[in-house]
Amino acid sequence: MPTTAPMLEHQDSGSGSAGESIALNDLEKRLLDRYQKGLPLSPTPFRDMAEELGTSEALVLQILQRLQRDGVISRVGPVFRPKRIGASTLAAMAVPAADLERIAAIINDFREVNHNYEREDHYNLWFVVTAPSQERLQAVLQEMERATGLPVLDLPLERQFHIDLGFPLWC
Amino acid sequence: MVLSDRDYRLIEAIQDGLPLSSRPYADIGARLQMDEQAVIERIAALQEEGIIKRMGIVVRHHELGYTANAMVVWDVPDERLEEIGEQLGAQPCVTLCYQRPRRLPEWPYNLFCMIHGRDRGRVLEIIDEMIASHDLREIPHKVLFSGRRFKQRGARYQ
Repeated sequence: MPTTAPMLEHQDSGSGSAGESIALNDLEKRLLDRYQKGLPLSPTPFRDMAEELGTSEALVLQILQRLQRDGVISRVGPVFRPKRIGASTLAAMAVPAADLERIAAIINDFREVNHNYEREDHYNLWFVVTAPSQERLQAVLQEMERATGLPVLDLPLERQFHIDLGFPLWC
Repeated sequence: MVLSDRDYRLIEAIQDGLPLSSRPYADIGARLQMDEQAVIERIAALQEEGIIKRMGIVVRHHELGYTANAMVVWDVPDERLEEIGEQLGAQPCVTLCYQRPRRLPEWPYNLFCMIHGRDRGRVLEIIDEMIASHDLREIPHKVLFSGRRFKQRGARYQ
């Protein structure tokens, strides 16, 4: 049963492992650009997509299977709206550079943490914390302060200005 | 909306993705003892209610070479927050745009945008274009590029 809020969907990709990115052909690009936002909600979504793109269902399925296997797409399916159930926040810490990996490991050990990443700033450790309730969320943040000896900046979402539809592949 | 046990089973069945088959909703229905049309209608209802934000191809941009991402934080005067938030949220390369609280004195920023690009240069270019086209020169901001990922777990509904 759901107890925690689903996470922000966008992969906050690090800049660490650049290099071997996968090139897409024209049909693959059109497929991804067009159907990040939504799928035909019919009994045969892949056939409908193929018709709209002027190709065959077999090819669409084959492309999607390959891209999923290669990790270019994580799934063809739902993106859940954040903050629907339970409580969540974006938290930040200013960690002395030499301590960053050690402190990051302490934060990773909390099962309430989904994303945890470095950013180039005085506040250099950013993580998303989710819990079944606001009380539990605050307790977790306090436990984090105790465990690390560092204050946590608690920056919960107040308002969303963007309807997430994926993003175009020309950015 | 109150979710039924059946809704939870449906969410569980689709959250890792639809089967890549000719009749994906029929296949899910077979597992859940629901008919195809009922699966489609429930998914539509969950979208209508906003539980599911969208159904789509979920692209992992990092794997496509979109390795640079920056969180841009702005200290927007409260009376302009809505206007500027809506403008920036509508930018095509902005993937998230959120209002969050200031934490003074440490943290004066109240609007957060996430921007992805192929490299840092491109991300900075996108930010410059945003500043120029929306006349944001007077709005203090800073750019926080991402570094190492220490943990990343996908969205689950558990």
